[in-house]
Amino acid sequence: MKQRKNRALAALCLLVVCIHLVTVLTGSQYYLTQLTMAAYYGLVIIGLGTLMGYAGQISIGHAGFFAIGGYLSAALTTRNLASFQGDWPVRWLDALKMLKTTQDLSGDQLLTVAPWAACLCAVAAAALIALIIGIPVLKLKGHYLAMATLGFGTIIYRILLASPYFGEADGISEVPGFTLLPALGGLGPIMISGDADLRVLNYYLAWGVLIAGMVLLLNLIGARVGRALRSLHSSEDAAEACGIDTARFKLRVFVLSAVYAAIGGVLLTHFNGGIGPSEASVMKSVRYVALVAVGGMTHLWGTLLMGVGLTFLSLRGVFGTFDDAVFGMILILVMLFAPEGILSLRLKLVVQRIVQGVRS
Amino acid sequence: MKGNGDHDCGAASGAPGEALLELKSVHKRFGGLHAVNEVSFKVAPGSIKAVIGPNGAGKTTLFNLIAGNLPVSAGTIHFQGREIQGKKPHQIAHLGMSRTFQNIKLFHGMTALECVMVGRHVRSRSGFFAGMFSLPSTWKEERAIREASMELLEMMEIAEFADVEATSLAFGQQRAVEMARALAAEPRLLLLDEPAAGLNIYETAEVARLIGRIRDMGITVLLVEHDMSLVMDISDEIVVLSFGQKLAEDIPLNIQKNAEVIKIYLGADDEISA
Repeated sequence: MKQRKNRALAALCLLVVCIHLVTVLTGSQYYLTQLTMAAYYGLVIIGLGTLMGYAGQISIGHAGFFAIGGYLSAALTTRNLASFQGDWPVRWLDALKMLKTTQDLSGDQLLTVAPWAACLCAVAAAALIALIIGIPVLKLKGHYLAMATLGFGTIIYRILLASPYFGEADGISEVPGFTLLPALGGLGPIMISGDADLRVLNYYLAWGVLIAGMVLLLNLIGARVGRALRSLHSSEDAAEACGIDTARFKLRVFVLSAVYAAIGGVLLTHFNGGIGPSEASVMKSVRYVALVAVGGMTHLWGTLLMGVGLTFLSLRGVFGTFDDAVFGMILILVMLFAPEGILSLRLKLVVQRIVQGVRS
Repeated sequence: MKGNGDHDCGAASGAPGEALLELKSVHKRFGGLHAVNEVSFKVAPGSIKAVIGPNGAGKTTLFNLIAGNLPVSAGTIHFQGREIQGKKPHQIAHLGMSRTFQNIKLFHGMTALECVMVGRHVRSRSGFFAGMFSLPSTWKEERAIREASMELLEMMEIAEFADVEATSLAFGQQRAVEMARALAAEPRLLLLDEPAAGLNIYETAEVARLIGRIRDMGITVLLVEHDMSLVMDISDEIVVLSFGQKLAEDIPLNIQKNAEVIKIYLGADDEISA
């Protein structure tokens, strides 16, 4: 079990490197940009996959958490606080070294929150909101939970679309890169940014984050908490009788998946240099659910591969203007023909063929 | 999102000689129906006690009240000297009470071994943080959980099915897995809801033998049962319920002779000559 997990992880790392090499050999390095973006969406999808597939709780509001992360980080790193310099919140932030002073194009002083601090605030806010929403909402089951989370997603979308602070329909642009390590010696800075020079670095950063996120979730699922989540998925009564605080476990995994979505949102926003309200739309939430379903609800590997693969194709514009329609269609087809995910289908076919081969 | 705060498991016990479980005037109303009406009894530590009664007598309701699945309308339930009415099922499980279900509730998509491992929940503590970062404490604990669960499967004589999906096992084997899951928590009190329902006479005899062994492990057993042969053979004491009320409470021999019990529960009098 453990060996299989490590082998699969090693294979994924190898695949990431191979894809890079292939793009270098074929001179198509521009693919790396979409692969980077797909990796950040992948974080949302594996987090949601854990919530849906293992704990059995649906959420059609995860684009909301993605957007909370992205938007807050974007707003904090771009909105000028210079005029509030004397106020206590700004003084506090300054004392904590969380502010950054730069100059804008016309030479005026620009006082913003540093990206690392903005990132922490954004993820913490998403976690807090997930906690507050989760306590009442997770008492609901099935369709009712789906409706409630859908409502949550809609509210976030409308708030973002209506508030000038978040740029209304335009969203927020000119979000600075996220420096992880400043330039040292002959090496350039390590930062999350859409700069073409940093494309390869960002490709590896994004996949590093995604693989690390995957390792953490695989560890979780394989141990005591994972078993508790799977048990409450199957029978809450029996899980309670085994001493599992089902309400608390559901809430925690909901918050965890919201944190994954928010981290994806934050990093993608800094990579893209901006975020728009379409990231919070209900269609995005539905797409995440569809991607989890395609990958196989209880198959985190399938979720990762199918999720990232299809997102990449979508970002490359392969589906053209039919993008949303394609994802709707995929959802229908998967539910009809492969409710346990595309990978399970192929696996079954392969096994059947081998069995037939042995018999004949 | 760190660790977890699972409280310590009910090692504390009441004063010696005290009842392990005590119901005082427990009452449950569903609208105008008195499903459980002023029922009081005690369960002594180390004993096997059975609750019998015709269909609809309120046996399963009573079980659900004790295990915390339903709130009581009135009355008190003490477990190891502590009031437990109003507590949630998972809290009661942590205090040292485990249960099985009449309609077996195993976990889909889990092997028999994994089901039993879930039962170790109250005896282990790795939380989200320890699990995600796979701390050494987690995998040490995992190994201990696996070993303890395997031992229980062996005791139930179903170790060969450890890696089989639990819900695909035969009915009797599923019962055994469920019992192993309940025992995995090392409870002081085990509630068995119709452990012989749907079993043939051989399997029933097997269950009777198992319950005896569970008692020998020092675990007190309270069971609800229809199967008279099982109840009469193994119980130390029997409580008879009828229409939610306690009709009698005595040793099996006296229950068999009790005219009222015979009339209400056992039916026509000429059938009961044993």
